[in-house]
Amino acid sequence: MSGFALKIAKELIHRIHAHGVETYPHECCGALLGSDQEAGREVLDLLPLANRRDDSPRNRFEVTPDDVRLAEKTAREKKIDLIGWYHSHPDAPARPSEFDREHAWPWYSYIIVSVQKGEPRDTTSWRLQDDRGAYDPETIEIKA
Amino acid sequence: MAVKVMIPTPLRAYAGKKDSVEVAATTVAEALAALTSQFGDLKKHLFSDDGRLRSFVNVYVNDEDIRYLQKDQTAVREGDTISIVPSIAGGARA
Repeated sequence: MSGFALKIAKELIHRIHAHGVETYPHECCGALLGSDQEAGREVLDLLPLANRRDDSPRNRFEVTPDDVRLAEKTAREKKIDLIGWYHSHPDAPARPSEFDREHAWPWYSYIIVSVQKGEPRDTTSWRLQDDRGAYDPETIEIKA
Repeated sequence: MAVKVMIPTPLRAYAGKKDSVEVAATTVAEALAALTSQFGDLKKHLFSDDGRLRSFVNVYVNDEDIRYLQKDQTAVREGDTISIVPSIAGGARA
């Protein structure tokens, strides 16, 4: 076990699910805003974003550097931090793909929700390992 | 030329927890080489095995994307700021 854990309120998980359902059968994406302290990492807000991969949105997503800067600015304004990203896998498992791994950044939490036939199913979170070889799973701790 | 390289949050752990590093360089390529020489663990996250900048690593000199300048041969002057800004990409298996 990696020991990584990510706290997130149930309401925010529901909002991620709703975004994935809204964009189905295309992938949704957005930023996770929150805090990363000694006591742990917690998602406190979301910033839904447009999937810029309009050439292949059913199995690809992209957040442009301008959108990353917007997410950082939004986090600063709320006096929190940009701590990761969420996206959906329509009709595919909530596990990082090889494509995910090749394009991932370390440190960020990556939440993936599997949306099967328009319904949200498994929701997982992951952190890229230092050597980029694989991901460590991150336990999602849902707060009421 | 002394230039400042801004380190994005996900890479700070590999740069001594710094949010910026000063290096001596005349081009972006020299600056990134100096940066990864000082902080070797950054290299694999910035460059692929063939030595090219990874596609999701965006580099700006004073807010101008180097793709629209001279790429890694873009000249830098004393006091310039080089920013490394992520793109985020991924997706389900094809």
